Amino acid sequence: MANQAKHHRTVTGLVLGALMMFGFGFALVPLYDVFCEITGLNGKVDLVQAEPSTFIDHSRQVKLQMVAVNNETMPWRFRPVSSMVELAPGEMHQTAYLARNLTEGFMIAQAVPSVSPSEAAPYLEKINCFCFERQPLKGQEEKEMPLVVSISPELPEHIHTITLSYTLFDITPEQKAELAGQGRSSL
Amino acid sequence: MIKTILGFPALLLFATASQAAWEVNLPRGVTEVSREIYDLHMTIFWICVAIGVVVFGVMLWSVIYHRKSRGAKAHNFHENVLVEIAWTVVPFIILIAMAVPATATLIKMYDNTEAELDIQITGYQWKWRYQYLGEEIDFFSSLSTPRDQINNAAVKGEHYLLEVDNPLVIPAGKKVRFLLTANDVIHSWWVPDLAVKKDAIPGFINEAWTIVNEPGVYRGQCAELCGKDHGFMPIVVEVKAQADFDAWLAEVKQADQDKAAEAQKSWTLAELMETGEEVYNKACLACHQANGEGIPGVFPGLKNSPIALGDPGPHIDVVLNGKQGTAMQAFRDQLTAVELAAVITYERNAWGNKVGDLVTPAQIAELKE
Amino acid sequence: MNTSVAVSHHHGPASGISRWLFTTNHKDIGTLYLWFSFLMFLTGGCMALLIRAELFQPGLQLIQPDFFNQMTTMHGLIMVFGAVMPAFVGLANWMIPLMVGAPDMALPRMNNWSFWILPFAFAMMISTLFMDGGAPNFGWTFYAPLSTTYAPPSVTFFIFAVHMMGISSIMGAINIIATILNLRAPGMTMMKLPLFVWTWLITAFLLIAVMPVLAGVVTMMLMDIHFGTSFFDAAGGGDPVLFQHVFWFFGHPEVYIMILPAFGIVSEIIPTFARKKLFGYASMVYATASIAVLSFVVWAHHMFTVGLPLAGELFFMFATMLIAVPTGVKVFNWVATMFRGSMTFETPMLFALAFVVLFTIGGFSGLMLAIAPVDFQYHDTYFVVAHFHYVLVPGAVFAIMAGAYYWLPKWCGNYYNETMGKVHFWCNFIGVNITFFPMHFIGLAGMPRRIPDYALQFADFNAIATVGAFIFGFSQLIFLYNVISCIRNSKPASDRVWEGSHGLEWTVASPAPYHSFSEPPQVK
Repeated sequence: MANQAKHHRTVTGLVLGALMMFGFGFALVPLYDVFCEITGLNGKVDLVQAEPSTFIDHSRQVKLQMVAVNNETMPWRFRPVSSMVELAPGEMHQTAYLARNLTEGFMIAQAVPSVSPSEAAPYLEKINCFCFERQPLKGQEEKEMPLVVSISPELPEHIHTITLSYTLFDITPEQKAELAGQGRSSL
Repeated sequence: MIKTILGFPALLLFATASQAAWEVNLPRGVTEVSREIYDLHMTIFWICVAIGVVVFGVMLWSVIYHRKSRGAKAHNFHENVLVEIAWTVVPFIILIAMAVPATATLIKMYDNTEAELDIQITGYQWKWRYQYLGEEIDFFSSLSTPRDQINNAAVKGEHYLLEVDNPLVIPAGKKVRFLLTANDVIHSWWVPDLAVKKDAIPGFINEAWTIVNEPGVYRGQCAELCGKDHGFMPIVVEVKAQADFDAWLAEVKQADQDKAAEAQKSWTLAELMETGEEVYNKACLACHQANGEGIPGVFPGLKNSPIALGDPGPHIDVVLNGKQGTAMQAFRDQLTAVELAAVITYERNAWGNKVGDLVTPAQIAELKE
Repeated sequence: MNTSVAVSHHHGPASGISRWLFTTNHKDIGTLYLWFSFLMFLTGGCMALLIRAELFQPGLQLIQPDFFNQMTTMHGLIMVFGAVMPAFVGLANWMIPLMVGAPDMALPRMNNWSFWILPFAFAMMISTLFMDGGAPNFGWTFYAPLSTTYAPPSVTFFIFAVHMMGISSIMGAINIIATILNLRAPGMTMMKLPLFVWTWLITAFLLIAVMPVLAGVVTMMLMDIHFGTSFFDAAGGGDPVLFQHVFWFFGHPEVYIMILPAFGIVSEIIPTFARKKLFGYASMVYATASIAVLSFVVWAHHMFTVGLPLAGELFFMFATMLIAVPTGVKVFNWVATMFRGSMTFETPMLFALAFVVLFTIGGFSGLMLAIAPVDFQYHDTYFVVAHFHYVLVPGAVFAIMAGAYYWLPKWCGNYYNETMGKVHFWCNFIGVNITFFPMHFIGLAGMPRRIPDYALQFADFNAIATVGAFIFGFSQLIFLYNVISCIRNSKPASDRVWEGSHGLEWTVASPAPYHSFSEPPQVK
């Protein structure tokens, strides 16, 4: 029957289409990451170490505000050493967050950065950040976690304040970080 | 408040006959942005009404006059390029007319610069935490409507479900910037009168701002489904004149010191049990239930539980630090030392649990340091 | 998979239960789909009534908040995937072969399979209600992390149920496309296809494009929950907002999947009862296609408050507003079809007219919601609930009702009881408006959606809405009675059924014989 050949063609095409769209669903994940990196969508920040800038734009000052957030069940004391600095774009700023494990047991934390306004995210360069690594702390141990940042001189003129927040997640129990490393993220 | 009556005459009749609290439209609000949004809303609404009148008018005309029972004969036209182009182009032009003011308002809403006060708002299941950045002020704000009202055992108050223990206080006439994030799931912070609604997302930070010129109390709610008690995490914003705001700041700081001092005095079991019950009802009851039996399969019971009956160490640990992978939050920052000591003592000595020991506020204060 | 057309000319239906279990006949399968969707409609409806009963007065009376959330979730999922979508597939199964002059669907055995997956999928989903920790309670949009890290254990069953529904829909869509593309009678060119067939063809392509994305997103959830990945978990480098992007990339076309076939049904019915050819056939087809294309670039209008950058907000606002143009064209065409016609108002026409008016009201509120700055006030309130119920209940559901009444005489060979049909219509019309119109008011006044209890100023309208919901809900029993009595004994219907009917489906006998168009008809 001629119809049978036609059906075969149609069905094959459509099944392939469906499979492609299933793949596309997953492809949305890296696509989204790339899109975020370019636009700073949602303030998701690049976790790669940046090179220090050579040019400092002394004509303006940008407020850099630092915020600490504990995710649920993260019983550490966690706060920035200073909550606000004024920086000239291009200028390197060295600061730190203080963390103290208030429990008796050993714990591992992962800090996740986020920037607001999201438009500013691509211009906030982290030369050194504690969020590049997992942070293990013994019970009651306290640690100063270093952070070296600069704001790119290319920052759009209308942005005067940038908020950098770190959310601390507990990744002790399932060693999530290792699994995530094999899975998809660069952490 | 201007009432605009939409729609049905029957409902209109009801609306005017009932009490004044019967609101049928967006609030005009108390900020420049909220008023602009209101105007935009009304403009678009009236455009829709106008289009509706024309379209439904023609339809009604046809239904009345072009019916077979009146002897109407069907005409034979079924295409008209000119007409079809017209009703594609005209709506397009109307849309552009709508988009222009909408874009202008949106750009204004995104202008977060030059704020005078920054407040970090963190959504928790099911309460809000407010931290005034640069000031040592940090508190939780949760529903204060008594359970009896919700369970219909008491008469409901005027602000039923829209009242909190500690409202957010902001100064009038100042640009206040909100930094929103969440501790567990996604929440959304919404106060209609300020026209501020922004999602609070765990691990990410969002911002919004407002300038309220009129002192007053404005109420809102969480707008994103965040679990069981999503409907029970209201927002109350109290706008105070600058002088009153400064006085409030001083007062809060003094109160914090008083609480620290209070922890050092000695407490009896009876006192702790009494405070503990209050704290339990506010902070624990939603999950562990009034009888301490929890909800099987979802929230564990505390009655006869090994943790509540065993050594105080692990019990204190779980209350202060929470339990990973469960809904049990860390209450270290949410409650004062006295409250923590009281509620732990209460849990160990209520519903037939009879450990008899006493967890002192001083002991907790030391752990909290 | 056997893809041949099982054409058996000589025997009628098998007897007993095996007729329904093993049937490959498009009419049988269409009937199964329709009964199944009606059953789901009643199930989801009971859940809605429970929700409305709880919301009748402020305070918690009947159910606890966690169970309330389970009810809103299950109501949404059942109505979307169990009632509306299978009903359209059922109508497609019955009518598309008859409309294009085909002997059956292109892939009859797969057709059987795509139906019989559904009862299992829904049995699995409904069984979660009896599991430890309860059914899914995170809303039908299942936003992470509420649906992953914080979900009840039953979420895994929910994920598998969604997978099964997705497979069923995709197979159904493949079948429909193959039938329309390959089995048209000689002379039935694409631009002669009835609009119901056209809208379904476009819908089927939408299904194939987005159901796999839904499967993808639930698979990612499954992996996050059980295999330690971090697609949606910020701690491992993921992003909960990514979930929303992927979900709505599926979700927005899904909305059109539920409305485009409705457009098709209404475009069949209005010309019949206006006794006048559909105005602007070609522009209807183009409008449907452009709505489908636009549906892929508007998804983030569901996410205006998640903190999109300004440019993103503007793009999605403009794209969304643009959808009003083709939708407007459709409404104008329907009105122009009625204009200077010779109308009668049998039950299908009443439902179709109500569809045009009430769907347009839903369209207006949709346009208002598209305005991003104002959406900050509307988002996640009852205004949104009112909007999508206006497009789905008097939109999709009314169109399905209209189609059922319209084709019922062809299916059963008997006329339904016209008076009872009209009573059913007016109960529905009044019930729907009493239920959903006040929701506009309470939404604007500030009531968030998905809450089991509310502040006192929302009390009166909530009480009214509940009354309306019960009127609407119980009036479906009239429909059930009418259908059953129409099947059993009633006035025999002529082949044409309606005075103004047009199209191939009216050339076969009433009731439509078990095998029709074994010899393809010639279309002039």
